[in-house]
Amino acid sequence: MFEARIHGRGGQGVVTAAEMLSVAAFLEGKYAQAFPSFGSERTGAPVVAFCRIANKEIRLREPIQTPDALIVQDPTLFRALDVTEGLKANGYLIVNTARTLSEIHLDAIVARLPAGHVRAVPATELAMKFVGRPAPNTALLGAFAAEVGVVSLDSVLEAIRRAFPGKVGEANVEAAKAAHALVAARAAA
Amino acid sequence: MNEVQKLKFYQKGTLTVGNRLIDERERNVQASRDRSNSLTSGHRACQGCGEALGARYAIDAAMRATSRNLIAVNATGCLEVFTTPYPETSWQIPWMHSLFGNAAAVATGVAAAMRVTGRSETRVVAQGGDGGTTDIGFGCLSGMFERNDDVLYICYDNEGYMNTGVQRSSATPPTARTATTPALGREPGNVFGTGKFTPKIAVAHDIPYVATASVADLHDLEAKVLKAMGFRGARYIQINVPCPLGWGAASEHTIKLARLAIETGLFPIFEAENGYVTSVRKIRRPTPVAEYLKLQRRFAHLFRDGKEDPRVGRLQAVADRHIKDYGLLEAAA
Amino acid sequence: MFEQIEGSKAMARTIALCRPQVVCAYPITPQTHIVEGVGELVRLGALDNCEFINVESEFAALSVAIGASAAGARAYTATASQGLLFMAEAVYNAAGLGLPIVMTLGNRAIGAPINIWNDHSDAMALRESGWIQLFAESNQEAADLHIVAFRLAEELSVPTMVCVDGFILTHAVERIDIPDQASVDAFLPPYEPMQSLDPADPISIGAMVGPDAFTEVRYLQYFKQHTALGLIETLASEFEGRFGRRAGGLLRTYEADGAETLVVAMGSINGTIKDVIDEMRADGLSVGLITLVAFRPFPIHALRQALSRARNVIVIDKAVDVGMGGPLASNVAIALRELPDPPAMHSAIVGLGGRPVPKASLHRLFRQAAIQPWEGPHFLDLNEGVAAREIHRRGKTRRAGPAAEGILKQVEEERVKKLEETAR
Repeated sequence: MFEARIHGRGGQGVVTAAEMLSVAAFLEGKYAQAFPSFGSERTGAPVVAFCRIANKEIRLREPIQTPDALIVQDPTLFRALDVTEGLKANGYLIVNTARTLSEIHLDAIVARLPAGHVRAVPATELAMKFVGRPAPNTALLGAFAAEVGVVSLDSVLEAIRRAFPGKVGEANVEAAKAAHALVAARAAA
Repeated sequence: MNEVQKLKFYQKGTLTVGNRLIDERERNVQASRDRSNSLTSGHRACQGCGEALGARYAIDAAMRATSRNLIAVNATGCLEVFTTPYPETSWQIPWMHSLFGNAAAVATGVAAAMRVTGRSETRVVAQGGDGGTTDIGFGCLSGMFERNDDVLYICYDNEGYMNTGVQRSSATPPTARTATTPALGREPGNVFGTGKFTPKIAVAHDIPYVATASVADLHDLEAKVLKAMGFRGARYIQINVPCPLGWGAASEHTIKLARLAIETGLFPIFEAENGYVTSVRKIRRPTPVAEYLKLQRRFAHLFRDGKEDPRVGRLQAVADRHIKDYGLLEAAA
Repeated sequence: MFEQIEGSKAMARTIALCRPQVVCAYPITPQTHIVEGVGELVRLGALDNCEFINVESEFAALSVAIGASAAGARAYTATASQGLLFMAEAVYNAAGLGLPIVMTLGNRAIGAPINIWNDHSDAMALRESGWIQLFAESNQEAADLHIVAFRLAEELSVPTMVCVDGFILTHAVERIDIPDQASVDAFLPPYEPMQSLDPADPISIGAMVGPDAFTEVRYLQYFKQHTALGLIETLASEFEGRFGRRAGGLLRTYEADGAETLVVAMGSINGTIKDVIDEMRADGLSVGLITLVAFRPFPIHALRQALSRARNVIVIDKAVDVGMGGPLASNVAIALRELPDPPAMHSAIVGLGGRPVPKASLHRLFRQAAIQPWEGPHFLDLNEGVAAREIHRRGKTRRAGPAAEGILKQVEEERVKKLEETAR
């Protein structure tokens, strides 16, 4: 079973990100479970969402304590809470930022994870460029597909189209493809 | 189908039964041998109960208006209790009692069921006393009004929780003695500065039809129910029904008291549609409130030792305000 | 057809397939998505011949359903927690009148203190109301149980609540099969009322019943609940025959054959427990699970049979009767009473107010039963330090302030301290 945890703030589409990831897995014939850690709806408050992916029925219902991958949609969260708590020793970390990992003080985390397992992705910038809105979630999923490989880019793109029909969906697809290409290039380098 | 009980007239030529000299079309529903007798004899109401009288007239009128296609929902209270004394029922129509505060909501549900099962011609009446309507049932009442559900709500206003032993409700007039506003202390009876007049609140909801009525004018009561059933949507009629027991009045004074309530101005008779008053019943013989109050022991403490409590003057001011607000007196020539 | 869909949306679609005729509800977290989903389907015309009524309170919601049901329409509503309490009078009224209303209960804790997260206190609060109460283990079962519930309710004329863990199930997106209309129609025929308000055949419903008949009316309700025990099983088999999967039934067992320790639980936590049991069995421990689906009627005989050969029974309660202990535990104790050699029973209170129940904690709990059995209810993962400090503080001063605020302050102080220590 693969477990991903997504951190962000209310209004950034964290919950939708987890759902789209689960739809991508579903489209590949897998079982997936996506759910938020719940609270009243409030823009700006820290939000966590979870997604489990497996090849058989998922029965477990606890919040993800030891994720295989973390997606952080808002790097200011690193100061507010222990975002990386429980991240597996060989886990992945994808952070939404236009700066370098050093610049956002993640050197220690980079050091303790395997090489290439931590990626900075300028997802908000890509979203602004392709979608015109600072919603980084779809770009980050594209990056996730390239980085982790537990779901394919095509599945992610189809999940995005199902979540956002029409032109909005296509714009988000472009953002995801761009992020995917970026990460894929870095991985190859 | 249960056969409707056949009727015999004993009284002839009175306004109550329907004067045989009046054109048939102007006679009461009650004057007709074919009336549905929805609330039939055998119920356990007190002698002189205004509510029993009002309900009988109102529901038979609704039955005529709907060609006997009517369902009634009743709140807990006097009417429910005396019409269904275990193990009997005196209702000859489909009738339901759920709870004290939900008659309006249950009626909404019944009306929805009628629409959805293709029986839109079957209409719904909700009924309850002032307690069940203006207090505990207020939320559901307002909700029904706000949604403009197709329900006629009839409130039998006897100004208190009578069934449970005469306690004060938000419809109890100031100074009235009840078990929870005893005639003791510095301000004996119910206090001023409290109470609500639900018909005014009903009008504020802008519903299709609101009316007040009284058992002192049964023709008018019936006419209003007939008229109300001609509308679709939320409708409200509040009927003033004296309670001999609760008011401490002689059981033969029920109609007289109801008439005095109108003639003093204490109970204004009016109609409203969509938020505007459309008609009022003018006072025929303006009467000081004391004449009305003196007939009821619930106001006896206002007239102790031959003196008149100054609060009678304040009650007169309440009546005068109604007269002014509703235009109950003919303009001076 | 299988879809990756939010639990509440799957429920909404399935409820719509049951052809409800009057739907009314008042918003309350966490059931809102269900009713919104049904409302949307009505607007889109996907659910036709259905009146969707926006009511002004939960009391009104169930009252509208009562009127609709008494007048011959299939009625549905949904609520949770505070909303269930607000309609409590109507809940008893519906049961006493024998109206087959189906209601989804998005299990949520009851305040004070106000809490929007999952536990079973709401269902427990009205367990004596006379409604049938079924607890869904998964979102698939949550959807399926509604189909069963309408059939069950209408056959017996007993209102039925489908209990679904708030947030944990309602807001989880997973792989759920939504059946087709034809299959649901074949399982659930149109509503044929036992009583109906009808001008062509007038009756009075809701009469007062005095001392000489009240007992008999209640006995009839008891008899119907008893009949439900058999009908629930029958319908589960029929459902399986038609839809190819099991939904409902009184209870299920998992790895229970010959197990020395048996866990009894209701709702979504059963999923987590199954994972724990697999892990414990891999370690050679003899443990199994009884998933109780029907809480009311309470299947005393079936439970007794299922638990008879265990040495330890651990009952998981997601609610606490603070004057006594776990409500499910006390009911299970009744089932165990008559056994000639009854297992030792252990009561655990877990997940109150939405506290997550991690596998690790369950591992510790289940192992503890054999090694270090306890008496009375054990509050799983209780922060004993916080509790002790607060009790001590309250002992020192009369004007100690609200209990909730006191505890929250302690918890926050502890969290800040931990954060500082991690930073260092």
